[in-house]
Amino acid sequence: MTIEVKNLVKSFGSFKALDGVDLKVNDGELLALLGPSGSGKTTLLRIIAGLDWPDSGEVSFNGEDALAQGARERHVGFVFQHYALFRHMSVFENVAFGLRVQPRAVRKDEATIRRRVKELLDLVQLDWLADRYPGQLSGGQRQRIALARALAIEPRILLLDEPFGALDAKVRKELRKWLRSLHHEINVTSIFVTHDQEEALEVANRVVVMDKGRIEQIGSPDDVYETPATAFVHGFIGESIELPVQVEGGVVKLGDRPLDLAADVSVSGASKLFVRRHDMLVGPAGSGAFEGAVQHVRNFGPVQRAEVALSGGETIEIDAPRDRELRAGDTIGLKPRRYRIFAG
Amino acid sequence: MTMQIADGVSLAPPEATARAHKAAARNNLRTEPRAVRIAIITLAIAFLSMFVVLPLVLVFAQAFSRGILAYLAALAEPEALAAIKLTLVVAAISVSLNLVFGLVASWAIAKFEFTGKTFLITLIDLPFSVSPVISGLVFVLLFGAQGYFGGWLRDHDIQVLFAVPGIALATTFVTFPFVARALIPLMQEQGTQEEEAAISLGASGLQTFFRVTLPNIKWGVLYGVLLCNARAMGEFGAVSVVSGHIRGETNTMPLLVEILYNEYQFVAAFAIASLLAMLALITLIAKTILERHLDEGHDASDH
Repeated sequence: MTIEVKNLVKSFGSFKALDGVDLKVNDGELLALLGPSGSGKTTLLRIIAGLDWPDSGEVSFNGEDALAQGARERHVGFVFQHYALFRHMSVFENVAFGLRVQPRAVRKDEATIRRRVKELLDLVQLDWLADRYPGQLSGGQRQRIALARALAIEPRILLLDEPFGALDAKVRKELRKWLRSLHHEINVTSIFVTHDQEEALEVANRVVVMDKGRIEQIGSPDDVYETPATAFVHGFIGESIELPVQVEGGVVKLGDRPLDLAADVSVSGASKLFVRRHDMLVGPAGSGAFEGAVQHVRNFGPVQRAEVALSGGETIEIDAPRDRELRAGDTIGLKPRRYRIFAG
Repeated sequence: MTMQIADGVSLAPPEATARAHKAAARNNLRTEPRAVRIAIITLAIAFLSMFVVLPLVLVFAQAFSRGILAYLAALAEPEALAAIKLTLVVAAISVSLNLVFGLVASWAIAKFEFTGKTFLITLIDLPFSVSPVISGLVFVLLFGAQGYFGGWLRDHDIQVLFAVPGIALATTFVTFPFVARALIPLMQEQGTQEEEAAISLGASGLQTFFRVTLPNIKWGVLYGVLLCNARAMGEFGAVSVVSGHIRGETNTMPLLVEILYNEYQFVAAFAIASLLAMLALITLIAKTILERHLDEGHDASDH
């Protein structure tokens, strides 16, 4: 199932949740909507599911208008951020719900329903919890039951809202891997919303980065990390150093000091220089584009994170390998291995 | 006094009571001097005995003062039977109406955003803040012979005042807030996600209501209905204004108690009063049981 979204606009009062969003999702894809809170990603997901309606714009599934149908007719599996399991029903009945509420004409008989629920519980590896109630499950178990329940209706599309948001770090990592392999197995077009870049980059085939109701960039995890399209994407994904620079005729200046860096021809005037923390190479004082004094150093496993006061006045944080120990008070030269300069 | 018992039923939400229990358990760790504790407990018990237990005992003592046969005979009087029947009918009508209104109102308030919502919430509490006598008078103004609809009603030969419809209307008005007040916080806390999940799984509106919404609020509904019923059966002021006190026809139990008492028929008056007192006791027990269920539901959803 392909999904196509055209020029979607949605406001809540004076707040513009979606401000002209265009998106095409390919069949069988696992897509991540990534952005800070308030970026409109959940609103977009809810509109695709039919739980919210846009002010204007189009949504189509396989070329047919989805907005003409209600949530009930769309056959979209939706996994809620807080799971929304039916608390008064057992796990088994939760998963069976979608099968039991079908119109009488197409409803399966009890034996078929039981077999199907059993299969789904096996799929999420929780068949031993069938008689429990949601209140008796851990967060990770609830998450998987919510997924099994959504899959019971054989959805054409699977939508997940912050699927790992409410879980602790360890369970989250396990479930990420599990979701990837599950998607591989069932191969249904899936979209999940997250504010966690690591999650998006690790799980998805393609990542859509959103901010303030607009799409900033669509691309593979490598694309959005290696070649961010906008200043926002560079700042949001990966840990970046951001410096205000001045570009005049291809010369990049920090304050009054020209830096030994090249800018795109299209960029001129006040701009922003972005460098990833680990892309700042440390050399002896006087080498590289910047010079600065190490303020203090902390060690994080294989890297040391140093706070460096640049001679221009700004203070930045860099991640350097530990082969050469830095000490507070050292004066060092810094050379960005890779960098990007964005206008504005 | 007896007819007011049902009015005194606490409206504090069960969670508040649960919190109070937990707080009490913590406070046990702090030890006041033994004498102080005994004095405080004695004072509380003495007060409760004087103002709650003693009157309750007196009601039953008076009712049985001429023996059980006189008690039963008083209840078997046609006037008494008529009052009991009328009270049951009126309670049945007003509780069912308020069940429907309460569900609709709390659904609207908890699940939708609309302008005037705060106003509606305030409006729901109106019957609590208006004296029941005034509520009764409002219906006289509307449906009385000189009232707004009086002429029309007379032309169409419909009797509202001094008849069952008037009594049921007044009772419904006075007891309106109970179901809604029990359900609004419950439904607000539960939000709309389970309903959304049901709809995205293909459930129709009715299926969603009966399979998801109603099971989630059933203890709250019963709680509201229980309090609503207790108040409906015990209501005096509003009913007194609209009933017309026609003997054997428009006297509910509380009204009959007053009439019999004023006529010095103490056994008969207290016999009827004892029935209302029993209703209050049963209501209290049922309320305690329901609160336990509501607490459980609260804990289960507390993740």
